[in-house]
Amino acid sequence: MKRSQMEYVAGGGLIDRRSLLVGGIAFLAASSIKPVAASVNEGVKRIGDDFPVWSRTLGRQGTTYGQPSIHEKHLKLKLQLPSAPENSGTTGWLTPLEKLHGIITPNGLHFGSHHFGIPDIDPDKHELLIHGLVEKPLKFTMERLLRYPMISKIRFIECAGNTAFNALSPLSHDGSCQDLHGLISCSEWVGIQASLLLNETGLGKKAKWVIVEGADGGSHSRSIPLSKLLDDAIIAFYQNGERLRAEQGYPMRLLLPGWEGNTSIKYVHRLEVVDAPAYTGHDSGVYTQHLSNGQIEGFSFYMDVKSVITHPSGKQILEEQGFYEITGLAWSGYGKISKVEVSADDGKTWAPAQLHGPIIEKALTRFSIPWHWDGKSTVLLSRATDAHGRMQPGRKEWKQRYASPTFNHYNAIQSWDISSNGEVENVYV
Amino acid sequence: MAKLKMFMYKVFKWGLSVIGLTVSITGITGEVSVNLGSPLTESEISRVSITIFPNGHNLPKGQGSVKEGEKLYVELCSACHGESGTEGPSNRLTGSIGLFSFMDPLRIMRIQEVNGLLVMSTGQQWPYATSIFDFVRRAMPHYKPKSLTNNETYSLTAYILYLNDLVNKDAVIDRKNLPGVEMPAFKRYVRAWKNKSAADDFIPRP
Repeated sequence: MKRSQMEYVAGGGLIDRRSLLVGGIAFLAASSIKPVAASVNEGVKRIGDDFPVWSRTLGRQGTTYGQPSIHEKHLKLKLQLPSAPENSGTTGWLTPLEKLHGIITPNGLHFGSHHFGIPDIDPDKHELLIHGLVEKPLKFTMERLLRYPMISKIRFIECAGNTAFNALSPLSHDGSCQDLHGLISCSEWVGIQASLLLNETGLGKKAKWVIVEGADGGSHSRSIPLSKLLDDAIIAFYQNGERLRAEQGYPMRLLLPGWEGNTSIKYVHRLEVVDAPAYTGHDSGVYTQHLSNGQIEGFSFYMDVKSVITHPSGKQILEEQGFYEITGLAWSGYGKISKVEVSADDGKTWAPAQLHGPIIEKALTRFSIPWHWDGKSTVLLSRATDAHGRMQPGRKEWKQRYASPTFNHYNAIQSWDISSNGEVENVYV
Repeated sequence: MAKLKMFMYKVFKWGLSVIGLTVSITGITGEVSVNLGSPLTESEISRVSITIFPNGHNLPKGQGSVKEGEKLYVELCSACHGESGTEGPSNRLTGSIGLFSFMDPLRIMRIQEVNGLLVMSTGQQWPYATSIFDFVRRAMPHYKPKSLTNNETYSLTAYILYLNDLVNKDAVIDRKNLPGVEMPAFKRYVRAWKNKSAADDFIPRP
């Protein structure tokens, strides 16, 4: 590919996608002409001699539950803070974003944050209870719930503490995209509109909040505004076509689209309708932020607009200069992504990336832009804007709002340093 | 005859469309009522109603002392929360080492060696003392949740408050005095949702 064929849209080698198409076709046409091999003793030739072993062998049988290719064994969740002792209370399993593509996270690779371990709940003994400020307190068996009309939504879940390293660490932590951003995933969730069940109980006039509780060891609970539950909340049973994994809340979980993951209560079993929040442990402690003005901020539900370039990203190495597709993910807890801009020259110039459909509210949106790396050191950045005009802040701007120990709700622009030998590293600009 | 057939067909079609319309209207307005729930009795509700509210609503009878709490703490809690409630590895119960001084020459080292969860503490960050009782009773000890009696939970709550200098060493805590313990975070706590403070959410008990 000749550089002269390319039209650049910004500094650092960002290419106009349309010029790439034209240049690419010319390149393919030229390279498809191959010399024809001379034929010798054609009668005794076996075509197998020219094929790899898997094309000369009968394949194996299928299995009752498909598994990834044996060559994809490296594709794994990673335990956040593996050095933390078992009794440190919380485990966070990070999704390998830089090894995946598209917008859907495979079920086995969905991130997980568990404060009280993973229970194995017998669905025949699990019920959903709704009581409190209602006319008719009700309970629902799993069998009954599965007969309700279901809706399907593609939605992300992001842990409030995603990208905590960048929030906390004064020096940029040399981590991979998985290490730094792996507490976000996106799935198709199928379940019952929560409003349907709540309305069947006859909500009282004073009803304003709902204390939602899980059936796990610690009975995880959060105070949730009733308005959110009546708006777009789902009691989910299916994730990407199959029933939820135990790690994701089997037999059912609450899904609060766009809100901090901790509020999407797994193993949900009880909704207590009340007039004021309960200030549960997680309303009060871990899921609050110290502000720079000395206040402590809680009930900060929305996950703000954010993006990250997944290819190339931290700990990867660009083997040679030349063509690469920069691609990544953008999302906003407020709605749809409207724009992602990419810079390949330390943030001096920016160009809009292509957004790949479907662009769905409160779901991951895939973006990409073609790039020619000239082998010089530079910094790649991405900056997302959502349909409400909310734009990602820079790290300094984000830090100004919060006191130093705050690590939740970090959504500042991610920058990846590309060294002249091709090493990609997390950096603050 | 053909005319009659056509007429009947039209009536039939019209009827179908009316039925169709009714169904779709209920769908659009969300008036579908499936009603597959069963009534929940008062005794079923009271067995699982474990949430404690800031005004003390739902706190059980019983009581606990700092002295009893200390014994239980050493036995059941200190392995995870540390002898003084600050050492970890689990969440800190008292104090804060989060706000490192900029003058501290070892600041960078201190932040990097600390698990983020340890820079906050229950005593300094939670706006209501009732939440301690709620959380300890439902979720602690981590390895054996819901194994504490109500009296033991009051005792541990008392001891955690004592570790934070919020009650004195002879204190006995029960459903009457727990909601009145003012936490340092009460005045600092604001909620992003609807711009309210923790104080706005305190609804006195009827």
